[in-house]
Amino acid sequence: MARIRVVIAKPGLDGHDRGARVIARALRDAGMEVIYTGLRQTPEQIVAAALQEDADVIGLSILSGAHMHICPAVMALLGEKGLRDVLVVVGGIIPDVDIPRLNAIGVRGIFLPGTPMQEIVDFIRKHARTRVESV
Amino acid sequence: MRRMTSATPGLDAVRSTRRGALTTVSGRPVERLYTPADVAGLDYQRDLGDPGQFPYTRGIHATGYRGKLWTMRQFAGFGTPEETNARYRQLLAAGGTGLSVAFDLPTLMGRDPDHELSLGEVGKCGVSVASLADMEALFDGIDLGRVTTSMTINSPAAMIFAMYLVLAEKQGVSWRTLSGTVQNDILKEFIAQKEYIYPPRPSMRLVTDVFAFCAEHAPKWNTISVSGYHIREAGATAAQELAFTLRDGVEYVRFGIDVGLDVDVFAPRISFFFNSHSDFFEEIAKYRAARRIWARVMRERFDARSPRSWQLRCHAQTAGVSLTAQQPYNNVVRTALQALAAVLGGAQSLHTNSLDEALSLPTAEAATLALRTQQIIACETGVPNRVDPLGGSYFLESLTRDLEQEALAYFETIDAMGGMVEAIERGYPQKEIAESAYRFQQAVERGERVIVGVNEFVEADEEPIGTMYIDHSVAQTQCARLDRVRSTRSAGAVRTSLARLQDGARSGGNVMPLLIDAVRAYATIGEMCDALRQVWGEYEEVPVI
Repeated sequence: MARIRVVIAKPGLDGHDRGARVIARALRDAGMEVIYTGLRQTPEQIVAAALQEDADVIGLSILSGAHMHICPAVMALLGEKGLRDVLVVVGGIIPDVDIPRLNAIGVRGIFLPGTPMQEIVDFIRKHARTRVESV
Repeated sequence: MRRMTSATPGLDAVRSTRRGALTTVSGRPVERLYTPADVAGLDYQRDLGDPGQFPYTRGIHATGYRGKLWTMRQFAGFGTPEETNARYRQLLAAGGTGLSVAFDLPTLMGRDPDHELSLGEVGKCGVSVASLADMEALFDGIDLGRVTTSMTINSPAAMIFAMYLVLAEKQGVSWRTLSGTVQNDILKEFIAQKEYIYPPRPSMRLVTDVFAFCAEHAPKWNTISVSGYHIREAGATAAQELAFTLRDGVEYVRFGIDVGLDVDVFAPRISFFFNSHSDFFEEIAKYRAARRIWARVMRERFDARSPRSWQLRCHAQTAGVSLTAQQPYNNVVRTALQALAAVLGGAQSLHTNSLDEALSLPTAEAATLALRTQQIIACETGVPNRVDPLGGSYFLESLTRDLEQEALAYFETIDAMGGMVEAIERGYPQKEIAESAYRFQQAVERGERVIVGVNEFVEADEEPIGTMYIDHSVAQTQCARLDRVRSTRSAGAVRTSLARLQDGARSGGNVMPLLIDAVRAYATIGEMCDALRQVWGEYEEVPVI
């Protein structure tokens, strides 16, 4: 099996990247291929990065409260590009009321403050699309 | 679950049970007992001094809090200027003694609310201020001659400060009497919080323009709050927070002197802002070490002659990063202990976080409880009645010295790189902090670092608490006000003022008077920042993990 490829992105205007960087390192240490996009990525840039990097997973770090604008835009663009099988997970400060709304548009994993890194690693291993190493 | 006490008496048994916890939150080993041997070589007059005496380890005022308590300054801002104005009036009525403005991300990044990057961010993390019209609403009914205001704004600090000055002018308040602080600390943005716009060097010029302007026109205004808070929140240890913050301070002084300012004119207006984290003694030692380092640096490195240049004044805020979404009422206890450390450390002003801040911006009830926490420390504990009560403790003095030495070692490394701007351009402090953040998280996962309610003493099925939710109507309101401003102002006056601003930016004169003129014409924050983006370009960080 090929290594799971993950794009970690920090959308919106927020610069608090501690969580994004820590989880990027944890996923890399867990054997995944991690691409960190850096700060202030638009949904278009994030989906373009996922397409270009042939990502299995997109991880969005959002602390600013903009998730209900950013996530629907990312999901719609993934649909347009035929990338519906890319697993999308979100980490950050997400109010309880928004969790079912995000699940409904196809965000599979939502990780709130205090989530162990191992739990995120396990979730991604379980839910990322499986692929066969091309020779 | 791990046992908190050992059934077997004897030190070794206790030690083996609690091995993981016998370091500070920064990972510093702590001995069982401290004795006079740990403070050997420490000279009272040289290294401590009475409070109010060089090197100010024990505090900058001889009387500590006996004459005047610290300022209880609660950081607040959300939604529209009208909503935040109501919160300010409530905080002042509840006994708050200073205002502290939290701006939303579009404002912090110099974008108008209708810019595409502002989508979903307007009024979410702070109050939305796009033009003088918003500033007028924010301080409606609040006399700028009677309050002191701290504004947490960095890349567009000069623009927001210009709005505050024009508002004071409209209220008939002289700039010479205005008192408050603009954070204006761009270096820590590159290091930690990442809300930068322009590259480091033009950004530093904006900072020194504010220094020079205030020296002449607003002598009581604190021109910068050199901030370790965000550096710590990003994952730094206590020593890294101390080192990078004070070395940033050194950089600002160096740049100020380089543009021809007299150190004893601008240095006394430099203030600092530290985190007050969970490790009680390490935090107290940090404030004490900070004062000692700064006093010596200012006297010895910069040859400052005025004692006011030597004295490090600081604001403190309890550690947002220590708050947990789980069992949120535990956060009240954490915050109280962190606030106590800041008071024992001798901070001049203090913000206490609200219990719900790992979940949302605080509700009015949570914000009031946070203020009450400070009032209880001030009025009921007796702690403020003596100055530096822990001074002379073998442990605290030894810790103060260790932190000082660790910070000075970082100074040497950064000096060898050519300075903090050069170190930032090489990504040095950024990498050091990211390392510490990852090490801390690993320690938590391994259970070496206990966070109550998160990795121990966990409760299943917690009842959720009520939190604040900011909806999209704020963005609509703010965009509508912006449209009104744009349609009622003189477009020609705005165009002229922005063209002059660009000319000034190219020529090297002070941009503050030009920004003030643009604000008077109701130019927006996005327009002013864009005008300078065209001249100076934008900074982009190379993303590394």
